[in-house]
Amino acid sequence: MRITFLYFEDCPSHEAGLERLQQVMAEENVRAPIEIIKVETDEQAQHLRFFGSPTILIDGQDIDPAPGDAFPALTCRAYRLEDGRISPLPSPDMIRRALRARES
Amino acid sequence: MANLKIGDQAIPFALPGVDGQQHSLQDYADKLAVVVIFSCNHCPYVRAWEDRMTQIQGDYANKGVQLVAISANDASKYPADSFDNMKVRAQQKGFNFPYLYDETQEVARTYGAERTPEVFLFDNSGALRYHGAIDDNYETPGAVRSHHLRLALDSVLASQSPPVVETPPVGCTIKWK
Repeated sequence: MRITFLYFEDCPSHEAGLERLQQVMAEENVRAPIEIIKVETDEQAQHLRFFGSPTILIDGQDIDPAPGDAFPALTCRAYRLEDGRISPLPSPDMIRRALRARES
Repeated sequence: MANLKIGDQAIPFALPGVDGQQHSLQDYADKLAVVVIFSCNHCPYVRAWEDRMTQIQGDYANKGVQLVAISANDASKYPADSFDNMKVRAQQKGFNFPYLYDETQEVARTYGAERTPEVFLFDNSGALRYHGAIDDNYETPGAVRSHHLRLALDSVLASQSPPVVETPPVGCTIKWK
C-alpha cells in the first residue's frame, strides 16, 4: 500500500493530521511508509491535485474525493464529518474506512 | 503578530456589511464590549467555529456585547470568499452579527490580523482586552477545556482582567492580495 500525506505549512493542523494518520495505521496494522509532501506553490498544488491541507492519498486515491467544484489551491481543507460538522482534519473513521477499502 | 497589543485602543473602521449597510466601530460605542473577529467563508477553522460565534453573540447580546465579523480574503483567488458568497453564508447560517467585507484589506493589515478566525475583544473604553482564539478546541465543541473568549467576556463585563489575555490564533492565514 502506498500512502501519501500532502500538507501546506500555513495550515496549523498538519502535524495533528499526520499523527492521526499514523495512529489509525497502527490500529489497523498497516505498516506502509508514508510519503510526506510539502506543497509550496500554486503550480505544485495544481500538479498534485492538492485540494487543501492536509490531503491523504492511499494508492493515489484521495480518502475524501473532492467535490466537482473544488479546485486545487494552497489552503486548508474542509472535511465534512460523519455528523455533518466541518473540520480541518479528517476523522479517524474516515481514514480507517479508506484504509480498509484499499486493503479489501 | 497583531499590531495591537493588550491595552491598545481599537482602530476605527467603516466597512460594508452583508446587510447592505455601512458599519463602523463607532456604531457600537454604547456597547460594553465589542468582539471583532477576522473571518471568512472558506476556511475550515472558521466553519468549525462559526456556530459557536453565533451562540456567543446570542448568549451575550443582552449583556451589552456586540460581535462583528470581518472578511478580508482576496476573493479573486478564493471565490468562496466573495462579497456575494458572504451574503449567502450569512443567510444560510443565520448570522446574528454584522459580517463585513474588507475588500482593500486595509483593516486587517492595520490590525495586524493574520488568521481566520482571529479575535480582538475590546472593552467599553475601546481597549484591547483579549486577542487570539475563540476557545481551545476547533474540532469538538464538547471537548473544549478553556472557553477563552467567553471567559474574557465574563471578566470584561465584571470589570476584571481576563484570566488569559492572549492565545495563539488558530486558523487559515488571511489570503492577501
